[in-house]
Amino acid sequence: MEQFLQIFQQLCFGCLLIAAGILIYNRVKFIRRNILLGKPEDRNDQPGKRFKTMAMMALGQKQMFDRPFAGFMHFTIYIGFLLINLEVLEIVLDGLFGTHRLFYSFLGGLYPFLIHFFELLALGVVFACAVFILRRNSKLVPRFQKPEMKGWPALDGNIILIWEIVLMFALFTMNATDSILQTRGDESPFVAAHYPEAGKFAISQIFIPIYEGLSAKTLIYVERFSWWIHIIGIFSFAIYITYSKHLHIALAFPNTYFSDLKAKGEMNNMESVTNEVKIMLGMTNGNEGGLPVEDTVGTFGAKDVTDLTWKNLLDAYSCTECGRCTSVCPANQTGKKLSPRKIMMDTRDRLEEVGQGIDDNGKDYDDGKSLYGDYTTKEELMACTTCNACVEACPININPLDIILQQRRFIAMEESSTPAAWNAMFSNIENNAAPWAFPPTDRFKWADELKNKGEE
Amino acid sequence: MSNTLNIPTMEEMAAKGQEPEILFWVGCAGSFDDRYKRVTVAFIKILNAVGVNFAVLGPEETCTGDPARRAGNEFLFQMQAVSNIEVLNAYKIKKIVTACPHCFNTIKNEYPALGGNYEVIHHSQFLQQLIDSGKIKVKDGGEFKGKKITFHDSCYLGRANDIYEAPRKVLEKLDADLVEMKNCKKNGLCCGAGGAQMFKDAEKGSKEINIKRTEEALSTGAKIIASGCPFCMTMLSDGVKNKERENEVKVLDLAELIATANGL
Repeated sequence: MEQFLQIFQQLCFGCLLIAAGILIYNRVKFIRRNILLGKPEDRNDQPGKRFKTMAMMALGQKQMFDRPFAGFMHFTIYIGFLLINLEVLEIVLDGLFGTHRLFYSFLGGLYPFLIHFFELLALGVVFACAVFILRRNSKLVPRFQKPEMKGWPALDGNIILIWEIVLMFALFTMNATDSILQTRGDESPFVAAHYPEAGKFAISQIFIPIYEGLSAKTLIYVERFSWWIHIIGIFSFAIYITYSKHLHIALAFPNTYFSDLKAKGEMNNMESVTNEVKIMLGMTNGNEGGLPVEDTVGTFGAKDVTDLTWKNLLDAYSCTECGRCTSVCPANQTGKKLSPRKIMMDTRDRLEEVGQGIDDNGKDYDDGKSLYGDYTTKEELMACTTCNACVEACPININPLDIILQQRRFIAMEESSTPAAWNAMFSNIENNAAPWAFPPTDRFKWADELKNKGEE
Repeated sequence: MSNTLNIPTMEEMAAKGQEPEILFWVGCAGSFDDRYKRVTVAFIKILNAVGVNFAVLGPEETCTGDPARRAGNEFLFQMQAVSNIEVLNAYKIKKIVTACPHCFNTIKNEYPALGGNYEVIHHSQFLQQLIDSGKIKVKDGGEFKGKKITFHDSCYLGRANDIYEAPRKVLEKLDADLVEMKNCKKNGLCCGAGGAQMFKDAEKGSKEINIKRTEEALSTGAKIIASGCPFCMTMLSDGVKNKERENEVKVLDLAELIATANGL
């Protein structure tokens, strides 16, 4: 009977692993395809500097510690998550081979030490997640209470935190019942053979009194149940995050690797415009050196997500909606509608919609909607001072400013609907070579004034 | 020193077959804005006093195109940029100094893509170099000794180009009591004028950005708010006026502080 149960469990586990694998693979394919809907941009230069940026920002979480409390809490969850994965590897192998605590036979005395350590980390994770739930749902941190966080984004954040706590408690229950079973070898030869004496563990031993009164048979059920909850929880978590803001745990790495390494103040040059400007100024006839004609046709600036670059779109999928960008935005701080985080969320939501539309209706499908207009508004985009505070604040080098400015280019060059004051500024530059309405002949008057004063 | 200040233009220099060591890019605010013209003059006085071989473009200078580009008008930006680069390249300019972080950022970072490659420095860096090389000496800190000064980081100098130390090094020379605002350096709060906001009204909100930043500056208790940007200068001066503190709190540029401390 136990033999049969064992094989049945192995089969179930194998199917589960394959099913989870297929679901994740499909989501990854969908997301990758969506990101590549963006315009090309070369971000493969300076690999050394890129690796260093990734190591500091994603692996080392340097920027997170700009806010030490949240940074430390986040680091606890991150390290817990990273290291407890070693145990997940054991669980997966155990599940496939029908073994139990496979690594114990290899690691011997080191094994209990590792489990002690993992349990301490797990306790840290539980504590940090609990603190984060409180912070998120209290009024203490205003950035979590902004309008764009209402509804699904707030729920998404809570689901993840609660999920992580449940996973950790499953781990504790599993280890506690396991520790008891190690001493119940006399009740059944299966138990004696199956539960190696790894001992009691740092945190889970606290839970032993709860289960001590149970029979070995019941304990096996509780232990197995926790084991399954833990691993099903992890698989479904892995699938869930591909639909969630939580995808940053994976995408933080490529996103920081492909960071913008230029000075933050530099805006990308539009080659298509350069070609036309040179023709207008009579510097070229358009045939030499410039881009081929077909490349110059298309939208100036970004109306929809497909007008943005693939890196803008990767940024959008990497954003975990922490809102540090919004909390430092001068426009947002003074009550304007602009929120850099919302710009990122809009970009992602629109991209998911475009991707779904393509999957359902073919690659040329046009739903008549767009990022600018249906998601972002002119009022938001016009409020940006291009101060780069949002870019500086992002712990994983997301650039909301670039997406804002590309949409401004659309508003100015395609829609021609910039504010009247800006149109006046444009014509001043065109006619007077200065943004103000001073005659160009007055440009050097300051020197004359100075010379006259000197001579008086 | 002599009353007549030397302000050679590139045209004059080229006619004499001379090449300046450095071009002073005055910028539109430095040329037209009454308040910022005083900064231009202060910087010219320093250049003259130190004996720097410089020139200005004078009437040949035009807007770099920064506000047009930030407002989304890439055509207008590139028209400006390409014609400015033609002028600069025709004069074989190699090094440029400017007292405007927006001009600085645009010429330094954005002109290369259009064929304009120059060594560009902000006047805070230039002043720091003059101090480091001993060409500017401030006797016992001059008249600002012990005075409370706070420095407002311009976004286009700070975050945009990671220049935080140069202006502070310049201020240290004044032997003043340098106090930092709550949000400074990479966390500095914008004055509200960047990204072409200088040229339109702000969107509807609960407060003007320059008022918020002015409050931060005033709360340090500083009697001088130092800046290195014409837009910040305008925004903070307006903020101080709005708070009716203009009689006791001055907004001054780095060049003005150094020039005054040297009795120029």
